[in-house]
Amino acid sequence: MYKIKPIKMAINNNSPWQMPFIGSLVPAGFPSPAQDYIEAVLDLNELLIQHPAATYFVRVEGYSMVDSGINPNDILIVDRSLEASDGKVIIAVLDGEFTVKRLHIDKNGNYFLVPENADYKPIKVTDEMGFSIWGVVTNVIHKL
Amino acid sequence: MIEFPIPEKNKRPLFALVDCNQFYVSCERVFQPYLEGKAVGVLSNNDGCLVALSPELKKLGVTRGMPAFKIKPLLKQHEIYLFSSNYTLYGDMSSRVMRVLSSFTSDIEIYSIDEAFLSFRGMENIDLIEYAQTIRQTVLKWTGIPVSIGIAPSKTLAKIANRVAKTYKGYNGVFNITDHPKTEKILSSIALEDVWGIGRKYSKKMKKIGLANAADLLYLENEWVKKNFTVVGLRTVLELKGYPCIELEQVTNNKKQIVSSRSFGKLCSNYEDIEQAMSYFCTTATERLRSQKSVARQLLVYVCTNPFRNDPQYANFMSGVLSDYSAYTPDFISLGKSMLKRIFKPNYLYKKCGIMISDIILEKNIQPNLFTLPYNEQSKSSIMQCIDTINTKYGTNKVFFASNGTKNNWSMKRDILSPQFTTCWAELPIAKD
Repeated sequence: MYKIKPIKMAINNNSPWQMPFIGSLVPAGFPSPAQDYIEAVLDLNELLIQHPAATYFVRVEGYSMVDSGINPNDILIVDRSLEASDGKVIIAVLDGEFTVKRLHIDKNGNYFLVPENADYKPIKVTDEMGFSIWGVVTNVIHKL
Repeated sequence: MIEFPIPEKNKRPLFALVDCNQFYVSCERVFQPYLEGKAVGVLSNNDGCLVALSPELKKLGVTRGMPAFKIKPLLKQHEIYLFSSNYTLYGDMSSRVMRVLSSFTSDIEIYSIDEAFLSFRGMENIDLIEYAQTIRQTVLKWTGIPVSIGIAPSKTLAKIANRVAKTYKGYNGVFNITDHPKTEKILSSIALEDVWGIGRKYSKKMKKIGLANAADLLYLENEWVKKNFTVVGLRTVLELKGYPCIELEQVTNNKKQIVSSRSFGKLCSNYEDIEQAMSYFCTTATERLRSQKSVARQLLVYVCTNPFRNDPQYANFMSGVLSDYSAYTPDFISLGKSMLKRIFKPNYLYKKCGIMISDIILEKNIQPNLFTLPYNEQSKSSIMQCIDTINTKYGTNKVFFASNGTKNNWSMKRDILSPQFTTCWAELPIAKD
């Protein structure tokens, strides 16, 4: 005989995404040896967010990064505390607007914002562009 | 005469005041980078007057506190961006800044939404300017908010050092006034009313007897100050002289009173509208009460008209006590209603309504009573817990009491509110192609 124990969402906790770690079937009559561990939960924040104070979410518009798995309407997890280096996907400010691109720094120290879609061309950063690096993208949340 | 020995080096307290530069404006700029270098202002509740402005807006002759209608003519001549107060955004950004600061030291007092005192005690051997610069750069990088830091042996001086750091670009946002040879010269540039702890009343009285600026206070006899300006005044003077009298307050005391009130977006004369507002205030105040695991018994309700208009004026309040300590929203709403009915007079144009909850104790300290179960053992408390849980998960006021109404004729005017960039999935900043 098995009794279904309802899944308790830990919504009282500050973290909004918590799921119980141990399964929900408990044999009636015998205490489950796993019961003592039921409090342990997997926290998506722990997996995806290293620096909570520096982490922001940004929504994607447009197709310039589709080949790297960044699609329109996806949510990017952006960590401002990380150093943007060559090869990192970044949120940059260009002429007062946010854009997501891969950063390429060449041997001469020139910056390029590289799209990952053959239909788009890389942008060479010049002094007049009002360019700055806003944060480094660490993860993409994509709904299937 | 009391003597104040100067504590030995390294043992004496050392404070840093970290203050965000035009905090509200900076919050708007983090998520709307096109505002960088532009004239930006943030308006108060009901879009009434300017509460924060960028230096670019200051240059156009606009000052803090200026009513919004006075700025209107400027909007046509200049590129100016005005915003309603986005308290959700500012609150979230504030907690991020404080969190970064806490990673540098656990000795921190969060003084206001955009200021914190840190203790630098025992750090005299390191290069404090360099350390403060590291703090400043880290806060800027992690959160996008620029801050200035003032370092001093007392909190009052730290406030002044911070002002110097902000005013003179050459200091790059950090100024240490400790043992500074020009301390007196700096203090002579600070107006009395700008000294922390000196109110308008004291500064008037001081000016009358010929004191002109903060430096003049350095030469006053302690006993004399105490006689004329009480211990409070003496404390400020000693702080200016470099003897710390005010310690870091790190323990956040649970509130003794919870106030919830607001000016209406437009004047109200309708009883139902005001009752809805009152009911809403009870809802938010009891939410706060529960979040500090407390219960309360006393409720005060007040209403008032707008004294700046030529209409007939009326203001009144009434206070009542519940039979038992409670944090159950309907208990407060029904007590509030019965009092509001008695103080409300028709035919007046009301500007403001508010409530105050007092006689607050911790839930666990309720004295047992022979006739009723304590609040935390009643089903009332589980109902409230359930409502709070839903509202935390799905957004403020997803579940609410019918008495709050659905029209909110009284609600705040916030016509030019920016999105909740960091707290609402539907309003995230957008990265374009």
